Amino acid sequence: MLNIGKIEEGFVLDHIQAGKSMQIYRHLGLDKLDSTVAIIKNAKSKAMGKKDILKVECDIDSLDLDVLAFIDHNITVNVIKDGVIIEKRSLVLPKQITGVIKCHNPRCISSIEQELPQIFYLADEENEIYRCRYCDEKYSEGDANNL
Amino acid sequence: MEKLRHMMNPLDFSVEELEDLFDLAGEIEKDLPGFSHKCDGKILATCFYEPSTRTRLSFETAMIRLGGQVIGFADANSSSAAKGESVADTIRVISCFADICAMRHPKEGAPMVAASKSSIPVINAGDGGHQHPTQTLTDLLTIRSLYGSLKNFTIGLCGDLKFGRTVHSLINALSRYEGIRFIFISPKELKVPDYITEMLRQKNIPYEEVIKLEEVMPQLDFLYMTRVQKERFFNEEDYIRLRNFYILDKEKMALAKEKMFILHPLPRVNEISVEIDNDPRAAYFKQVQYGMYVRMALILTLLGIK
Repeated sequence: MLNIGKIEEGFVLDHIQAGKSMQIYRHLGLDKLDSTVAIIKNAKSKAMGKKDILKVECDIDSLDLDVLAFIDHNITVNVIKDGVIIEKRSLVLPKQITGVIKCHNPRCISSIEQELPQIFYLADEENEIYRCRYCDEKYSEGDANNL
Repeated sequence: MEKLRHMMNPLDFSVEELEDLFDLAGEIEKDLPGFSHKCDGKILATCFYEPSTRTRLSFETAMIRLGGQVIGFADANSSSAAKGESVADTIRVISCFADICAMRHPKEGAPMVAASKSSIPVINAGDGGHQHPTQTLTDLLTIRSLYGSLKNFTIGLCGDLKFGRTVHSLINALSRYEGIRFIFISPKELKVPDYITEMLRQKNIPYEEVIKLEEVMPQLDFLYMTRVQKERFFNEEDYIRLRNFYILDKEKMALAKEKMFILHPLPRVNEISVEIDNDPRAAYFKQVQYGMYVRMALILTLLGIK
């Protein structure tokens, strides 16, 4: 069994769906941080079978948690101070996300207009459906690999 | 300073705002000459990146009848888009020339991009298969004028209900009014999309889906016809078997109420037999007239002219 030590200051993202940690690493911009980051893949989980975990030694408020919520709002966010969990943050689906996913509708203006930000809005909270701000095309999970 | 308003989607206006718009269109209908100087000195730019003669002429006539003038282009080849100019840059330039802009574009969402960069009101005059709000406003005004209100009636929508953006937009717009019952008449290949029927179920709005027009004709107060295109079918046999179900002729009209009205977004091909044109219930050319009135009312409203 692999052991990774505790962190003193920072946060732990737990219950990440197995295989999604690298996607989150990229989208949270963790590659640009000068902090210690531990990526644990395929850890054993009673509830999930397998899960990923991210441990990051930096201030949580410097990160865009909306992106995290969009990718998977079931992730548990534990804020750590002096080596102990001081807060558990719940994630809510963001009303709008910008620059995270791309519209794949070839008829959408965003496919040709230069420097147009890719904006999606939460059209149906219950079914977690996002639509393109310009053409209303539904974002489908299959496009997630292109994130 | 009043907030700049645009028309991107028929739902951009509340039901109350639409009532005001339709009241104004009604006043224009009663006294056209009384409005002939309302837009003196104003300029409408019609930026049509793809040809649509009827819509463009309707907008241009609307502005001219209000006393204003018109500039613009009728296809992308005669605009700077052919040189690669972005929609955002084009509208910034147009904003320096005109007071209001009607934009048609083959790319979905282009008028919205224009509106976000514009300093003048922008009207979406059709963006690909996405929205065509002034067609929906035309349909609503026609129904309201012929029926007296936008409440308590049964409307049949017939033909291609899967791909027809005017149909989807009209259903969405009518779903905000009380007592509307929808009957969707189409081959199963061209049924109304699930997200529309889901929306109706959520709002407890009654609807029915049938294949044959004859079955439901006697129940309808309005029949909204659309074209069934051959290329939408998987095979020719199905097309030949089904096409006659969706052609409106005298025989089918004999089953309809005396006061039922036929609407059609036009152009019509063969889905409404020309023998129906003189039937007093044929309202599709009158609908074109209402289209001009509603565009006049929209131009005045967006320009803030009383």
